[in-house]
Amino acid sequence: MSNSAKTNIVRPYGDTLDDGRVQMSFTLPVPHSEEAKEAARQLALKMGLDDPAVVHAAPMGPDFTLFVVYGQCRHSIDMDTITVDQPEFEVLDKAAIDALIADSLGRKLVVVGACIETDAHTVGIDAIMNAKGFNGHKGLESYHEVRAVNLGAQVDSADLVRRVIAERADVLLVSQVVTQKDIHVVNLRRLRQELDRAGLGQDLIVVAGGPRITHELARELGYDAGFGPGSYAEDVASFAMQEWLRRHGHQRGRQRGERP
Amino acid sequence: MKLALDQSRIDAARAAAARIARAVHAEAMTRTTVAVERATLRLFGLDGVDVDYVPLPNRVVDHLAAEGLLGHGAALPFAGAMLEHGLDVQALGEAVAQGRITLTLPRDIPAARAKARALAQTACARIRANVATREDKLESAALQRTPWLYLIVATGNIYEDITQARAAAQQGADVIAVIRSTGQSLLDYVPYGATTEGFGGTYATQENFRLMRAALDEVGDELGRYIRLTNYCSGLCMPEIAAMGALERLDMMLNDAMYGIIFRDINLQRTFIDQFFSRMVNAYAGIIINTGEDNYLTTADAYEAAHTVLASQLINEQFAALSGMAPELMGLGHAFEINPALENGFLWELAHAQLVRQVFPDAPLKYMPPTKYMTGNIFKGHVQDALFNAVGAMTGQHIQLLGMMTEAIHTPFLQDRFLGIENARYVFDTMRDLGEELSITPGGRIERRAQEVLAQAQAMLEEIEAIGLPAAIGRGQFADIARQSDGGKGLAGVVTRAEGYFNPFPELMLPESLEGGPA
Repeated sequence: MSNSAKTNIVRPYGDTLDDGRVQMSFTLPVPHSEEAKEAARQLALKMGLDDPAVVHAAPMGPDFTLFVVYGQCRHSIDMDTITVDQPEFEVLDKAAIDALIADSLGRKLVVVGACIETDAHTVGIDAIMNAKGFNGHKGLESYHEVRAVNLGAQVDSADLVRRVIAERADVLLVSQVVTQKDIHVVNLRRLRQELDRAGLGQDLIVVAGGPRITHELARELGYDAGFGPGSYAEDVASFAMQEWLRRHGHQRGRQRGERP
Repeated sequence: MKLALDQSRIDAARAAAARIARAVHAEAMTRTTVAVERATLRLFGLDGVDVDYVPLPNRVVDHLAAEGLLGHGAALPFAGAMLEHGLDVQALGEAVAQGRITLTLPRDIPAARAKARALAQTACARIRANVATREDKLESAALQRTPWLYLIVATGNIYEDITQARAAAQQGADVIAVIRSTGQSLLDYVPYGATTEGFGGTYATQENFRLMRAALDEVGDELGRYIRLTNYCSGLCMPEIAAMGALERLDMMLNDAMYGIIFRDINLQRTFIDQFFSRMVNAYAGIIINTGEDNYLTTADAYEAAHTVLASQLINEQFAALSGMAPELMGLGHAFEINPALENGFLWELAHAQLVRQVFPDAPLKYMPPTKYMTGNIFKGHVQDALFNAVGAMTGQHIQLLGMMTEAIHTPFLQDRFLGIENARYVFDTMRDLGEELSITPGGRIERRAQEVLAQAQAMLEEIEAIGLPAAIGRGQFADIARQSDGGKGLAGVVTRAEGYFNPFPELMLPESLEGGPA
């Protein structure tokens, strides 16, 4: 049945190679009953699971039922066909990033960060910008060669663009946490338009981040990179510096204070 | 389970907080704000919007500001004009909005004052009736054991919220909070009517309050329980939301003396004036406030900043007391936010939670679940929430905002809430009396940690007292965020009180012991 070793085709792994076992949980808006369980089983079949087993069904009030279902996934994936759009950079540590900035810019890298428009969540931008950082990864404020300007949350796009110009920012970090009804996409588009209107298309490196942000989405919206969960300041700073070098032809030893 | 704490330290910290709050309060009482005056008009019964959907309370207050009369307060010019023109509240509001009537200082001030008092008494009677209704319902309902299970709905659509809230109540929720649409705190007006479009939450409007209240009463009656309703009395319209909540019988309000300044960059002067009025209304309406100290721990490090939580709680307690609020209504907030990777982190969470419990023995403490270190790993998240529930059970927390294992992913699914309730009920029941059975090792790690946090909080409060609260906030002493007295949003809405400023509500709502209360 399996020639996955040769062709690199994979299926979910339960306790035996290629058994295809997966778990899932979902709710149906029906009262808890034998019919409800059968409906959940048939739904799993339609989803491509063989031998689905409804291992748990719990009434959640009179109108809803929760199901936990196991089954064997019919589908498989050829790993050789997989490509993922991701930002290209080598992750450097804080000291190496500081050294690279000192060596390449001869001045501090100016990074402006904000969570824009209606979004009131600072947790993402703080994790990257604040000196303390997150999970033991120091934030950009603690980098000697970075001037980090954290504008916090609910920053209007037009205000942000004015600030980017006033601060002469090299890098703009934009966080979006709330994603209900794709509000993050709307907000990021609006900011991109404001940036373009202000003529900040070329020089400024613009990075989006947030729990639902992927590099692919960010690129699609006209951003240079997107960072999702589990990204730290060194990831963003490494990307930003390497992107800066790409754009500026690896020029080194520029005069202090001279703008690229 | 009891920590040995130095009571003289607690007393000293509390005394410092009292002096800090009094200094700010004295300054705040020399001014009023557009929001306080709009709330006054709303309590008089003014409601509705103009053709451009601008609320009439805004129209009238803006008119008063334009006429240079706002320093006198809205009550006298408005009540005086009602007498002069023989109009009721709504008709006068509409006439002002349409430019048909220009408000002036009344010629007969004593008559206008009496009219304003009568309007205020009507509002107070309605609010007292709401309090009586709540008490009746609580009396006939099944006893709610603590910790209360507090759940959030946040669909953006009040009708969908009602479906979710009903389901949550049926699953066992004691308290339903309707999260506001993101950004509402920065609107300098309250939206009007039933709303179905919000982001990350649903607009707080009086009609939405009424709809949800009716739905929770209905499902509560079916279940033989009283389901408490919570909303957000914060942001630029803090006093107005308090008024609306009091009129529509909300039971809890998020309401913090400093949160707006620090986390929403709302002007400091504005916030201190607004929080006084809003808390006075909340206290009168028997509404439990929830303070926002949990937010310090998501911004700053939860271990290092633990003492800032206690310091802020003591300040919040003192501001609330100045608004006539009894300790039984002070839902002081804190949170379970220590990095799960920190060795013995659970011990420190226990120490912090028990410390707060002992410093505020009568307060219905609001305990917030892990958010900062929640990830897409929902399985680990469920364990984090279980440990949070264990601390809540062991330390006798009062209001437990239930953790959602999908916290880092989306606003809760119906099943996320169900699993959160199942988790909490299991832990609370299986550990029901554990806290009473355990004793904390004298001089051990947990006790030493609690003593350390208490000492740090005392030192912080003494430092704040020396420089004053505005200066301390200006230095970023809370959540590492610095705000200046003349910065932030809403300063334009702060007005110095003129000679003869009058607002009828403090003398009706404040207890006799407080300045501004009944003579």
